[in-house]
Amino acid sequence: MAQIAGDTRTLANDPVPLIREKARTIRLTALRMVYAAQLGHPGGDMSVADILATLYFGVLRYDPSNPSAPWRDRFVMSKGHCTGAFYATLAEAGFFDRALLDTYMGPLSRLNGHPNRNYLPGVETNTGPLGHGMPVAVGMAIAGKMDGADYRVFVVTGDGEQQEGSNWEAGMAAGHRKLANLTLIIDRNRLQQGARVEDTNTLEPLADKWRAFGWEVADINGHDLRQLHSVLSAPVGDRQKPLCVIANTVKGRGISFMEDDVKWHHGIPNAQQYQQALEELSQ
Amino acid sequence: MSANAASAADLFDCRDAFARSLEALAEADQRIVTVVNDSLGSSKLNGFNKRWPERTINVGIAEQDMVGVGAGLANGGKIPFVSAASCFLTARAMEQIKADIAYSNVNVKLVGQSSGIAYGELGPTHHSIEDMAWLRLLPNLTLIVPSDPWETAEAVKAAAALDGPVFLRISRAPVPRLERRQDARFEIGKAEVLRAGNDVALIANGTMVTRALEAAQLLAQEGISARVINMSTVAPLDAEAVRSAAATGAVVTIEEGSVRGGLGGAVAEVIATSHPCRMRIMGFPGFLPTGSVDFLFEHFGLTPAGIAASARDLLGRGTA
Repeated sequence: MAQIAGDTRTLANDPVPLIREKARTIRLTALRMVYAAQLGHPGGDMSVADILATLYFGVLRYDPSNPSAPWRDRFVMSKGHCTGAFYATLAEAGFFDRALLDTYMGPLSRLNGHPNRNYLPGVETNTGPLGHGMPVAVGMAIAGKMDGADYRVFVVTGDGEQQEGSNWEAGMAAGHRKLANLTLIIDRNRLQQGARVEDTNTLEPLADKWRAFGWEVADINGHDLRQLHSVLSAPVGDRQKPLCVIANTVKGRGISFMEDDVKWHHGIPNAQQYQQALEELSQ
Repeated sequence: MSANAASAADLFDCRDAFARSLEALAEADQRIVTVVNDSLGSSKLNGFNKRWPERTINVGIAEQDMVGVGAGLANGGKIPFVSAASCFLTARAMEQIKADIAYSNVNVKLVGQSSGIAYGELGPTHHSIEDMAWLRLLPNLTLIVPSDPWETAEAVKAAAALDGPVFLRISRAPVPRLERRQDARFEIGKAEVLRAGNDVALIANGTMVTRALEAAQLLAQEGISARVINMSTVAPLDAEAVRSAAATGAVVTIEEGSVRGGLGGAVAEVIATSHPCRMRIMGFPGFLPTGSVDFLFEHFGLTPAGIAASARDLLGRGTA
């Protein structure tokens, strides 16, 4: 079988084509959900789609028919407002029927604007208010370490979300405890709800901050699927520290008029924009 | 029984009963772990830590992290007892308690230590008289305010056995061991009638139960028959016990907490909507002046004499 240069995997085992296909589906599905609901956070859905696709179709171990299996890897969607992408991912991964996505944010839907574990399999903890995922993920990682279990814990936060102090409380504890089974992925799209992150409350030097908290840091292109997969699927091995992946992304990625524009944090496309977006994502 | 007659040796800090009960459970159940915010000593968990250091998670002075870590440990199959001074646990981490614990509906036990006015002279930042009002608004969360060492130990066991979130409000102000029937058993959501009576019902919990019993003795000397109810579970509330108490025609609630939104509020909601009767709510009015625990109890009438006076007044009997 053909080999990729510098890669020992065979092409047949290369997960990237599948991840790419799933990422495209997640983006298209999220866009349709947001447009149908006339509600949502499309900018962040698009920036995080490649991260979610990589995790669910190239990294995480789970069984959608047994969502609470003790051995499963844990994923915490701390940026809980990006349910368009998250629900699309869970449906794609088989946790529930895709038809349910049509009810997104509708009356009495199980698909609340922010995820609820009591409504949906595959959701580990209820998020929405920012800064909640990290402490919970730290608790999961401590439990796993305590039991000598080999499951890993992944948590995705937004970059604006890093302004919440609870991330740093949890980050300090994870560094102190050397929770190598914990990976934080920061969706670094550089925009928060109202403005650029760096103009609001600067995060830089972000990598240095996490290093100072006792973490190993990988600063990568969050839309380079091969790079994402390589960093996220690498075994813990000898690493003694938790891993922070700064995934540099573009808010609205894949839809030209949404890219890097703050108004698409929770902007809803009109009919014409919607058609254009569908076409661009389908290419 | 009488707390006045009890010597200091007969008075107990309920935190000791909490720690003993938890250690006994932890011996038999590996899933039990503790999470603290540098609060090992103030939670009386140094013994637990010594026996099971690997099951003691001290996150440092970081309450938001502490509560979230509790939720994560529950996700990993543990039964975490998250123990900290009630003032910091509830106020500082309120959103974590709401979203990560109650709304997520996870198997975490929150332990509010030194609740109420236990920190006396340290002042309103350290008093936790608001905790019950805040927490009572959260669905799924069971709220228990034990009255003495026996009930504290039993409540710890019951909380561990319940698959769901629980808040245990543990007192530090010394209380006597209440006299109970041999076959007394603690049940979450079940009020305990400690003294029969039909003129007025005194509904109390925590440190106020023994005082309510003494108040009933004082009232008995005047020919007033007071029922005394220990309402240790505030959520879910034993509404039937409240309706039955309201049938006496007069209800006084007494708690080591704010007069707004706590036990008194919970009882008032039942009385106002299903069995109106005369009612008084005894507790603390708001930010309190400086003073010792005993001074503050005395100053705000949370004494046997003060409770009796309130009941008497409610019944229109004037002063004794």
